[in-house]
Amino acid sequence: MLKRLLAPSEARDVILVLAVSLLLWEAGVRIFQPPPLILPAPSAIVGAFLQTPGLFMRQLGFTLGMTCLGFALAVVLGVLLAVAIVSSKLLERTIYTLLVALNSIPKVALAPLFVIWMGTGTEPKVAIALMLAIFPIVIDTVLGLRSVDPDMLHLARVSRASPLAVLAKIKFPCALPSLFAGMKVGISFALVGAIVGEFVAGSKGLGFQILVAQGQFDTLGVFVCLVLLGIFGTLLFFVLDYAERLCLPWHVSQRGRHSAGD
Amino acid sequence: MPEASTFLGAAHVCLRNVGKTYASPRGPVPAVAGIDLDLGAGEFVSIVGPSGCGKSTLLKLVAGLEGLSAGEIMVDGRRIDGPPDGLGVVFQRDVLLDWRTILQNVLLSVELAGKPTDAYRERALGLLARFGLGSFEHRYPWELSGGMRQRASICRALLSDPQLLLMDEPFGALDAMTRDDLNLELARIWQETRKTLLFITHSIAEAVFLSDRVAMMGRAPGSIMEIVAIDLPRPRSLAVRESAAFSHYVAHIRHHFAELGIVKE
Repeated sequence: MLKRLLAPSEARDVILVLAVSLLLWEAGVRIFQPPPLILPAPSAIVGAFLQTPGLFMRQLGFTLGMTCLGFALAVVLGVLLAVAIVSSKLLERTIYTLLVALNSIPKVALAPLFVIWMGTGTEPKVAIALMLAIFPIVIDTVLGLRSVDPDMLHLARVSRASPLAVLAKIKFPCALPSLFAGMKVGISFALVGAIVGEFVAGSKGLGFQILVAQGQFDTLGVFVCLVLLGIFGTLLFFVLDYAERLCLPWHVSQRGRHSAGD
Repeated sequence: MPEASTFLGAAHVCLRNVGKTYASPRGPVPAVAGIDLDLGAGEFVSIVGPSGCGKSTLLKLVAGLEGLSAGEIMVDGRRIDGPPDGLGVVFQRDVLLDWRTILQNVLLSVELAGKPTDAYRERALGLLARFGLGSFEHRYPWELSGGMRQRASICRALLSDPQLLLMDEPFGALDAMTRDDLNLELARIWQETRKTLLFITHSIAEAVFLSDRVAMMGRAPGSIMEIVAIDLPRPRSLAVRESAAFSHYVAHIRHHFAELGIVKE
């Protein structure tokens, strides 16, 4: 999987770094023998996972589902909002200012409110994931839509291009690198949102599983969830990275990879 | 479908007392003022001047991209209010879109205008071939040199056979040898098509080499100080630059700027 997502040299580096860190962790635990309640060894974590793999994978599936749903909605709504913001001075002054103001409050603190509004089902989790992910997407996309060379827009005016043609053929492709940058930040935020949603209320997902394990002082259980979150959070990021490479072979950030990558 | 060499017509452009003033926090700043200039149909006119004299502003006014503060601009007898019909523009930066091939970039303005690109494909390929880009049509802009990119942007401007071409220091970012090449190619294409061409540059030699007339612009606010008719035989080869007449024109223009204190002698 990693091999397909990364250029061979990058995959090698990632695997090497992970392997060395895991070895150091395992060795550290065996040498210093901290109480298992504080820090279990990687081998013990794998062991705990293998005892009830079905349970953990089910919880993981739920969390990832909430994450991806919230993220997908954030991308669609975020791009629409960004387009609206750059198309109108009025919307820029109202929505954009409001968004920037909202962004500065700790959004996680709003999670309990969402539970009051939407109950304890899937809706508040998707909504919190969406709320966290949408900010970087809107802000980066607005930046990208505005970064078009003014002379390019002059050229479009000389050609009597319609606003829709300018958006579709010039502004949007020009904003794609920024959109991807926003999405890469957004996907991690969406995962945070899903977990926070499960913390606040619910009976499913890795967030809920962490709370259950915490209630039983089951450090191993918590670590299994954390490791799964780490692995799959990274995978989500690299899936986007891969998509970016497919969509933007022309972009400066990707050009070196054709030659230098292999 | 017009062939690349056919000649649809050239516009007659007339500027009367044209002025543009920008608002700034410290009050209105005049960029250009009192500009009177006529471009005959099929004439090549250059505007030379130091940076910041308002040359580019003047070009944007003629392109209808900015509104006038004073005076009027007529293209073929019609007062312009926005970009006139049959206009081609080349900027200093080539502004090619990185995600489109060279051919797709050349077809862009036609595509943006909502016209079917198929009808222009042959013509675009013909133009690219004439500018030495025949084997590069499916390459991307970032795979090409600066000179090749600017050639492509000239092809884009020529694609819909404009009656009026505006060029804003198109070769300013290129090295001297590439610039010579492109000067020759532009002179040749102009000779064949006889577009009305307004060319902005800060190179006196380039202006003299290419133009029928050279207008000298001074600073703050920009206005035309003198217009010199360049009476050198056409077609001109690069060797013309070693002739006494050529040196005479360049010296005359340089001397004029020196008197204004813009260049040192």
